Amino acid sequence: MKILVAIKRVLDYSVKVRVKTDHSDVDLANAKMSMNPFCEIAVEEAVRLKEAGVASEIIVVSIGSKAVQETIRSAMAMGADRGIWIDSGEAALSPLTIAQLLAKVVQAEQPSVVLLGKQAIDSDDNQTGQMLAALCDYPQATFASKVTIADSKATVVREVDGGLQTLQLALPLVVTTDLRLNEPRYVKLPDIMKAKKKPLDTQTPESLGVSLNNSVKMIKVEPPSERKAGIMVPDVDALINSLKNQAKVL
Amino acid sequence: MIRDQEILNILLDTIERFVRERLIPLEQEVAESDQIPESIVTEMKALGLFGLSIPEEYGGMGLSMEEEVLATMVIGHTSPAFRSLFATNNGIGSQGIVMDGTSEQKAHYLPQLASGDLIGSFALTEPDSGSDAASLRTQAVRDGNHYILNGTKRYITNAPEAGIFTVMARTDADKKGADGISAFIVERGTAGLTVGSIDKKMGQKGAHTADVIFDNCRVPVSQLIGGREGIGFKTAMKVLDKGRINIAALCVGVSERMLDDALHYALERKQFGKPIADFQLIQAMLADSKAELYAARSMVIDAARRRDAGQDVGTEAACAKLFASEACGRIADRAVQIFGGAGYLAEYGIERFYRDVRLFRIFEGTSQIQQLVIARNMIRAAS
Ligand SMILES: Cc1cc2nc3c(=O)[nH]c(=O)nc-3n(C[C@H](O)[C@H](O)[C@H](O)COP(=O)(O)OP(=O)(O)OC[C@H]3O[C@@H](n4cnc5c(N)ncnc54)[C@H](O)[C@@H]3O)c2cc1C
Ligand SMILES: Cc1cc2nc3c(=O)[nH]c(=O)nc-3n(C[C@H](O)[C@H](O)[C@H](O)COP(=O)(O)OP(=O)(O)OC[C@H]3O[C@@H](n4cnc5c(N)ncnc54)[C@H](O)[C@@H]3O)c2cc1C
Repeated sequence: MKILVAIKRVLDYSVKVRVKTDHSDVDLANAKMSMNPFCEIAVEEAVRLKEAGVASEIIVVSIGSKAVQETIRSAMAMGADRGIWIDSGEAALSPLTIAQLLAKVVQAEQPSVVLLGKQAIDSDDNQTGQMLAALCDYPQATFASKVTIADSKATVVREVDGGLQTLQLALPLVVTTDLRLNEPRYVKLPDIMKAKKKPLDTQTPESLGVSLNNSVKMIKVEPPSERKAGIMVPDVDALINSLKNQAKVL
Repeated sequence: MIRDQEILNILLDTIERFVRERLIPLEQEVAESDQIPESIVTEMKALGLFGLSIPEEYGGMGLSMEEEVLATMVIGHTSPAFRSLFATNNGIGSQGIVMDGTSEQKAHYLPQLASGDLIGSFALTEPDSGSDAASLRTQAVRDGNHYILNGTKRYITNAPEAGIFTVMARTDADKKGADGISAFIVERGTAGLTVGSIDKKMGQKGAHTADVIFDNCRVPVSQLIGGREGIGFKTAMKVLDKGRINIAALCVGVSERMLDDALHYALERKQFGKPIADFQLIQAMLADSKAELYAARSMVIDAARRRDAGQDVGTEAACAKLFASEACGRIADRAVQIFGGAGYLAEYGIERFYRDVRLFRIFEGTSQIQQLVIARNMIRAAS
């Protein structure tokens, strides 16, 4: 059984985000970049499925400039077998375009399971997995906190508002990962060396027959407003009083 | 050897993350208990930290010197006590075997050192022989298929944890200097070898040193490094040349951490109505530290590259160790100063680093010995 994992290179979670002075975008110059944490959970889940003997091959795919090759190599160090880099240059891509590109890879590779992060921590769109499932006409299980695959069926526990929902789905399917699905491992340093030798294939939007019509335009980026200093209240009554009368949230 | 920027980035990122998520949160606990938790040691082994510099054919990563110093700098972002545990396996505790060991010695010991199953220690210093290492007195007298070792080694890093010791001892009593010295691999548990109690130190709690005492300790002839007498001091000096570049890299790493902490404190701490980072006298301390740090970093990387290119880096290694360790001491002092009263209190951690880094100007050759080495090489080259 093949698993395809889509991964995205984003600003590292530990970096303080800065907005460009002209407000055109977030400033990424010299910033530390890493694999999106939800994508990392997706790779980890794929590796666990392989270690459990459920999956036989893990393919990772990432879209972007040359730098995403490093992110693909990180996934290989975690245990992915081969990679596909879709060279889209520096173009800003909307979730729909990403899903269209990924759909072509799904068509070519015919994986039984497609794993994605539920969202990327840069723009937090939370759309790509859902759009991909629609384009491929696959069943989808988003926000997964537990994935079990047996007898050509997937059982996925999803995190939903107010609790958990369990779905049973036919393969092939799309799963997007939530935070509690697993805790990604620290890569063993010698495995990083092995990643160097794993195959990495390059594609382009043209070679996949997808045109990059961007349906989303970014107009302006603003940093969140500074948090104002809090106030100290002597007791619970004063707290309730100020929540009611000053903050007006009760 | 990686020699690939992408793979090197992933390696450094992985180590940085381990340092940030697993080691930094434990700094205070390790300082108080003088012990690195067993679970963390297991994780360090699984990660591969014990085999960074051991050749790939023996299960290590075989990092080039340049790659190794970059890794050391990242590891320096937390208490140096963590590194101390695996540093001897990557450095002084294994390199004697890597550089001059016989193929049997390499095949037997290096894989165990690379995995961390065995801890290696380096025993050169003695009670009466520190800077003047060539005057060491520990004796090794040949007796059939064995050597009989007698003597005491002092301040030996990881002696309480070690499974093997690289021991420099005099095989030729008639030769007083370096030529009479040979290097041996002595296994823990060999009759006649005892390890003293753990030394109480100024800093780096969690990293241990102790005396190692040899009392008619019989060591098989096969344990003579390289199978030849009289080359032990040269082996030790080659090991230390490499070690000095690594200590310099560690100084850079810890300096980066201290300066980063001081900068953040200066941005947060307000006096006279504004962040103290706004005051030019604070800025001068930050700027001097940054400039010295950049110089030290550049020296370390240059020395490492030269060594990778096969050059003799005796002078460069000594320059880098001298400058980086002295700069590290100044940066530690300024960092404490920027913290003000908080800098003197244990809670903020910076006084702990201040004590930890004091060692760097002393071990693997004091600053004065580095000066002597540099000047001696200059004079020799000119005359
Ligand atoms: C925590 C720690 C860990 C250590 N780990 C190890 C280890 O794993 N293995 C090992 O073998 N050793 C180890 N050492 C020993 C260390 O390398 C020595 O302490 C160091 O080389 C200095 O030797 P010494 O202490 O005998 O000082 P001394 O040599 O007595 O020096 C005292 C002072 O005299 C100065 N001095 C000496 N000679 C001269 C000279 N000719 N000209 C000018 N000044 C001079 C020195 O610079 C120093 O300031 C460790 C030491 C410490 C503290
Ligand atoms: C062990 C100990 C005992 C003490 N005992 C007492 C005591 O008995 N009674 C008591 O009242 N206090 C006591 N103190 C407090 C001590 O006097 C203060 O810590 C000291 O005055 C510095 O103040 P601070 O810690 O708030 O540092 P800060 O004032 O925050 O200073 C931080 C750094 O900013 C620098 N800085 C501040 N303002 C400027 C500026 N305008 N321009 C340039 N640089 C600036 C400082 O020089 C310092 O380097 C004690 C402190 C310690 C550590």
